Amino acid sequence: MIRLASKHKWLGSLITCAILVTPVVNADEESEKEGLRIATERKESDRGWDNSLADMSMILRNAQGQESERRMRVKTLEVQEDGDKALTIFDSPRDVSGTAFLSFSHSKEPDEQWIYLPALKRVKRIASQNKSGPFMGSEFAFEDMTSFEVDKFTYDFLRDDTYQGDEVYVISQVPQDDYSGYSKQIVWIDKEHYRVRKVEFFDKKGDLLKTLEFEDYTLFDDEFWRPLKSFMYNVQTQKSTELITHELEFDAGLEDTDFDENSLRRAR
Amino acid sequence: MRALPSWIAWFIKSPKMALALFLIVCVVATIGAKNLYFRGDYKVFFEPDNPQRVAFEEMQNIFNKSENVSFLIVPENGNVYQPSTFELTQALTEDAWQIPLSLRVESLSNYQHTYAEQDDMIVTDLIRQGQTGAEHINWVKDVVASAPEIAGRLVSDQGQVTVVDVTVQLPDGDQTKEVIKIADFARTLEQKYEEAYPDHEIYLNGMVVMNDAFAVAAQNDAETLVPLMFLIITVLIGVLTRSLYAAISTLIIVATSIAITMGLAGWYGLFLSTATVNVPTMVTTLAVADCIHIIVGMRLFLDTGMSKADAIHKSLLINKKPIIITSVTTAIGFLMLNFSAVPILADLGNMTAVGVMLACLFSLTILPALLTLFPFKGSSTEAQKQQKFEALGHWVTKNYRKVLPISAVLLIAISLFSAKNELNDVAVNYFDDSSTFRQAVNIQKDYLGGMSNMDFVAYTDEQYGITNPEFLSKIGQFAEWLEAQSEVQHVLSFSDTMKRLNMNMHADQPAFYALPENKELASQYLLLYEMSLPYGLDLNNQIDIDKSALRVIAVLDNLGSNEFTDFERRAKAKFAELAPDLRLEAASPPLMFAHIGERNMKSMVGGTLLALVLISGLIVIALRSWFLGGVSLITNLVPAGVGFGVWGMLSGEINMALSVVLSMTLGIIVDDTVHFLSKYQVAREEGRNVEQAVHYAFRTVGLALTTTTIVLAAGFGVLTLSSFALNADMGALTVIIIVAALLIDLLFLPAFLMWLSKRKGATEHDQISKQT
Repeated sequence: MIRLASKHKWLGSLITCAILVTPVVNADEESEKEGLRIATERKESDRGWDNSLADMSMILRNAQGQESERRMRVKTLEVQEDGDKALTIFDSPRDVSGTAFLSFSHSKEPDEQWIYLPALKRVKRIASQNKSGPFMGSEFAFEDMTSFEVDKFTYDFLRDDTYQGDEVYVISQVPQDDYSGYSKQIVWIDKEHYRVRKVEFFDKKGDLLKTLEFEDYTLFDDEFWRPLKSFMYNVQTQKSTELITHELEFDAGLEDTDFDENSLRRAR
Repeated sequence: MRALPSWIAWFIKSPKMALALFLIVCVVATIGAKNLYFRGDYKVFFEPDNPQRVAFEEMQNIFNKSENVSFLIVPENGNVYQPSTFELTQALTEDAWQIPLSLRVESLSNYQHTYAEQDDMIVTDLIRQGQTGAEHINWVKDVVASAPEIAGRLVSDQGQVTVVDVTVQLPDGDQTKEVIKIADFARTLEQKYEEAYPDHEIYLNGMVVMNDAFAVAAQNDAETLVPLMFLIITVLIGVLTRSLYAAISTLIIVATSIAITMGLAGWYGLFLSTATVNVPTMVTTLAVADCIHIIVGMRLFLDTGMSKADAIHKSLLINKKPIIITSVTTAIGFLMLNFSAVPILADLGNMTAVGVMLACLFSLTILPALLTLFPFKGSSTEAQKQQKFEALGHWVTKNYRKVLPISAVLLIAISLFSAKNELNDVAVNYFDDSSTFRQAVNIQKDYLGGMSNMDFVAYTDEQYGITNPEFLSKIGQFAEWLEAQSEVQHVLSFSDTMKRLNMNMHADQPAFYALPENKELASQYLLLYEMSLPYGLDLNNQIDIDKSALRVIAVLDNLGSNEFTDFERRAKAKFAELAPDLRLEAASPPLMFAHIGERNMKSMVGGTLLALVLISGLIVIALRSWFLGGVSLITNLVPAGVGFGVWGMLSGEINMALSVVLSMTLGIIVDDTVHFLSKYQVAREEGRNVEQAVHYAFRTVGLALTTTTIVLAAGFGVLTLSSFALNADMGALTVIIIVAALLIDLLFLPAFLMWLSKRKGATEHDQISKQT
């Protein structure tokens, strides 16, 4: 409440300023600050989970209605002061079973990614320029799969709104990396828990490309909200990908050594 | 004087009241035209359950769509391996992502090249910004030489031309707006880069550009030549009848018939398509004919000293029956198009049938009302013209022994040439060399071969079925077979990519340019490669989501529709021989158009010929004479034979528009026949002999038929000036057929009637005709 009151006072003086100087620029600065505040709060409200282990399915659908399912396990490690680390092991389809994918998300430098191919018994690095490419043939790009870091974007608060009955902030975020496949994203974040409820992705020519909706938010360990379903829909090609979490465990006893090249080879 | 039905007479008695009511009807009906919209997409040609449409849509849904815009970059010095071309290609490729609805941009610069580096596989753009040094250029040249995926597709074999190819996702339904938007954007890019790189020419090509060229050509003609056609028709009517009011009255009837037809179509919920845009022209032909019969008739009676009211009355009386017979039979003929497998042809038939009946109704009601209000005076010129036609009639009856064999031999000989015609719809040939699109096509043809793609999809119906080495080797063999065909310019096959990946994984040793030996290995190469591709350059255009189906894309010469569908059959047969247990589908927009052409032609020509036969049957009933019905069969069918015979001599290539011409001229062919024969019959029933009856027919309808033919021939003749072959050919063939129809009715028909009467005895069949 105090914060809110002080914010209003600040806003009041700003408005006074705005009338005196150029109103448009000041209003923009204000909304950018508010956008950044929301994004920072989003990251802050999800700190301290340390590590987790999830059992997931990825279901691909095309415009013809065909489906293809991939089963995978995802290990994640929280990294303070930088992006998180994740190791994804594919269990199906059979042909790629045992394939593992390791990613280090970074807040300021490009992300790093490696893949292990069991039939070749080799680890291959994936160039970060390809972050815009599809992950496992799905509608998720690599950049959609890595962890959210505040420094990856610049922000602008757009409006207050309601989403599925909940109060939300709607902000836009512009990727800072030139290799991103997006010109911007619009994010719906609920006010109560700072959970992302929906994202719209815009392609390089500024057209809406994909929408991502998070559903079945569940509270784990009384502290951490995780969506059990995320649904990515490509509005241009009518293809979609659904990501379903079957099981999720926090404090799975994972540590840094579980997320290196050797662990990739060991992953099965 | 016999009496007209009272409802027709009312229009002469109360013309002002009639016209006021008519105006209201016109306004109300025409408002419906605002509901009309144009659909230029291929789907209008196919029923929803049509097997080709289903196969095509399935392919579109499984893989990305394949409509494209391509930029052909031609450096003046004939060598793309130079810094400026590299710079241009790289920059244009980046900018091409801004093209509306673009999904994918492929060029030499963003081609995802893979190579081995120590133990790693590197995936990289071939030309990144600034990579224009001599060393890099030579490296790219070497890569191209070893990559069948780009050589001959993105760079011409001799390196004179390079291509930036943009795949766009067009929406379902009407795409005209999007096509224009995309083409406009592409043109601004073209101009921008031609200015920045003056030593390069850039040409635009691809499906979208072609569709745009179609739209532009059709629009140009619709804005210039079509109005000119109507102007010439109106002016000629004025000149030939020596009356401004005759021209104005005809114009009013033609315009209102068209307006109400289109308005009713709008109210009914129909849309416009490449077929139904012809409805106004088709309605025009018969509306002009109807009006001219009545106006010419009126003027003839005015010249004999009758009052105007009586002259109109008399003209209606003698023309009412043939006009109604012509209109009803023509309308029924057009309704026959409902049996066509092509939905828009059914719409065309129904709309024209309504238009023809409206023209009939208005020329018998509104036209007399207009003629009553406008001033007309008698003059001697009409009588003079009439005498000339009667003199022609005398000449024919006198010389029928010469006229008949000569004309019969000539007609048969010319008709035989129609066998020379071949359905050969090469869409790009619709444009002459003055169009920028055609220039681009020519450049593409000279350096890269054709631009018609045919996509083959092999379905394994099994997850990761496509990485099976056995399957890949079958695909490889199929791709090799395709490559070996003379009409094939380029084949894009994933089997080539897989061979290269295998080589990359073995330190780029050329000995390993082969398919991997086991399925797991192939699957994981594919996965690795897939994971290394950036946005918009993924494998979705070749591989489906569960890796069970593979698309092989062949680029062919710009073939005619027959050769194109024939190639499809051959390729399918070859694949069935290679892999009998696999399902292969072929589809692509050019293939769809090839099928459309074939189907359209068959339904249209077949349907119209059937309609002409049916109309002769109806004439039997209407004239109550087996004899005259039988004769009409000849005069209905022969003009079509002669028309296509002349075409066979002149060109021999039949395209989609020409299949519509027969329907377009159907009304006029029938009109000539019915008016001549019905006047002949009237004279015979009044007790004249065959010779006198022919003279009577010449006197009463010769002038009207000739006037109509001259007016329409001049009008359609304007269309031959079009640079757009579809319209030019349509205009030319229409002129040929209507002129042929008139000559047949004025020369062959009377001679034939004379010959029959002399041979069988003049009285015999006339007695029958009276009794039935």
